[in-house]
Amino acid sequence: MYKAVVVGVSMGGMHALQSILSGINQSFSLPLLIVQHQSAQYKSNLAELLNRTCPLTVVDACSGDVIQPNHVYIAPAGYHLLVEKDKTIALSVDNPVNYSIPSIDVLFESAAEAYKETLIGVVLTGANHDGSQGLKTIKTYGGLTVVQDPKTAEAAQMPTSAINLTQPAHIVPLDEISDFLNKLCTDNACVE
Amino acid sequence: MKKDLKDIEIDCLLEAIYQCYGYDFKNYARASLTRRIEGCMAEAQVEHISALIPKILHDRNFFNKYLNYMSVTVTEMFRDPDMFKGIREQVIPKLKTYPRINIWHAGCATGEEVYSMAILLEEEGLLAKTQIYATDYNNKSLEIAKAGIYSAKNMQQYTKNYIRSGGKASFSDYYWANYDSVKMSSKLQENITFAHHNLICDQVFAEMNLVLCRNVLIYFDKTLQSRVLGVLADSIVSRGFLVLGDQETLRFSSVEKEFEVYSEEVKIFRKRKLPYV
Repeated sequence: MYKAVVVGVSMGGMHALQSILSGINQSFSLPLLIVQHQSAQYKSNLAELLNRTCPLTVVDACSGDVIQPNHVYIAPAGYHLLVEKDKTIALSVDNPVNYSIPSIDVLFESAAEAYKETLIGVVLTGANHDGSQGLKTIKTYGGLTVVQDPKTAEAAQMPTSAINLTQPAHIVPLDEISDFLNKLCTDNACVE
Repeated sequence: MKKDLKDIEIDCLLEAIYQCYGYDFKNYARASLTRRIEGCMAEAQVEHISALIPKILHDRNFFNKYLNYMSVTVTEMFRDPDMFKGIREQVIPKLKTYPRINIWHAGCATGEEVYSMAILLEEEGLLAKTQIYATDYNNKSLEIAKAGIYSAKNMQQYTKNYIRSGGKASFSDYYWANYDSVKMSSKLQENITFAHHNLICDQVFAEMNLVLCRNVLIYFDKTLQSRVLGVLADSIVSRGFLVLGDQETLRFSSVEKEFEVYSEEVKIFRKRKLPYV
């Protein structure tokens, strides 16, 4: 039974995230935590933009927030996003990982330790290899690993790297990812 | 529920450090602390967290290295330019009314923000009547801060930040460049006192008109946040200011009642007059 979804995305992310989040059912009960690589120099309104088309509540992740179902949390620019064991949100300004802050690996690895086999990890489009190591950690803890089909990615390097390192359980084209997640969530409810 | 082995090992490590050296990391937020410890493990080339314990207990030099690892953060001159702009435009006019000004950078790390503040004060004509206290628990960071020598490769970014923060002169007026490093102008250093202070166990040491404690609280759990906020609040004079990191807040905190939100946008809070209701 799954309890949370973590998503990592870089170059081409705005389009990919809009496509996925606008297709998520309103009844989607799992929290989603997202790292989108972005420059720390300018405050972005990514959460606000995504909130317009997503039926769930999209917010900037705040230190200490209790992770809620039906919510989407976006890593703020210039901060790593982590999950504590008590399922609250933590932020840090530690050194960049894979030249990135926020880093996908940092989110995935901490979330894997907190959620173990109840975590779903998704690596999307990007032009680097951040997220590969983290996805592998999710797999090690028994979580479900999903990667966007590189053929449908604006930048294929990140999903390709994740596929090579992890051999994920599922490789899914972009326009099928929201339905794929919706179905996982529905099946989840049946198990409950 | 059975504890993970890793958590047991971390508990043992933190207890060992506390008993041997007095540094208390037990109330740090665990997720980022775990990452830092694992970074330290990789560097020391040990397989388990518990293998760090004998090294730390028996080798003071190794402990110093560990301590450094525990406090590495990303910082810049004029990091978050909007915040410095907010201080320049909204706080400085209030500070100008005081004959003497005390400012405290709590958790100043390697000092980049301290020099940024000194530059801002200089441009506003306030540096001469200001005493800046810049404190950290990491002595190595403090040495770097005191020396005021930084890598030249970041100056381009810092200059951009400076301009966006509302800088009135040319950023290069404030440092000397020499090969691949720069030294901050000694005039800026005259009114800065760098000192060792540990927010986790040390007390208030002076009355402040403005306290900056940015991206420090995010590393602490609720209990420790509440203690540290108590110390910061007690050090601030009535109608004085507190500035936090742009992802930090006083909401739901133990000192929420003592402050009003002065600027939500850039996380500036102002101490109320007694009584707090």
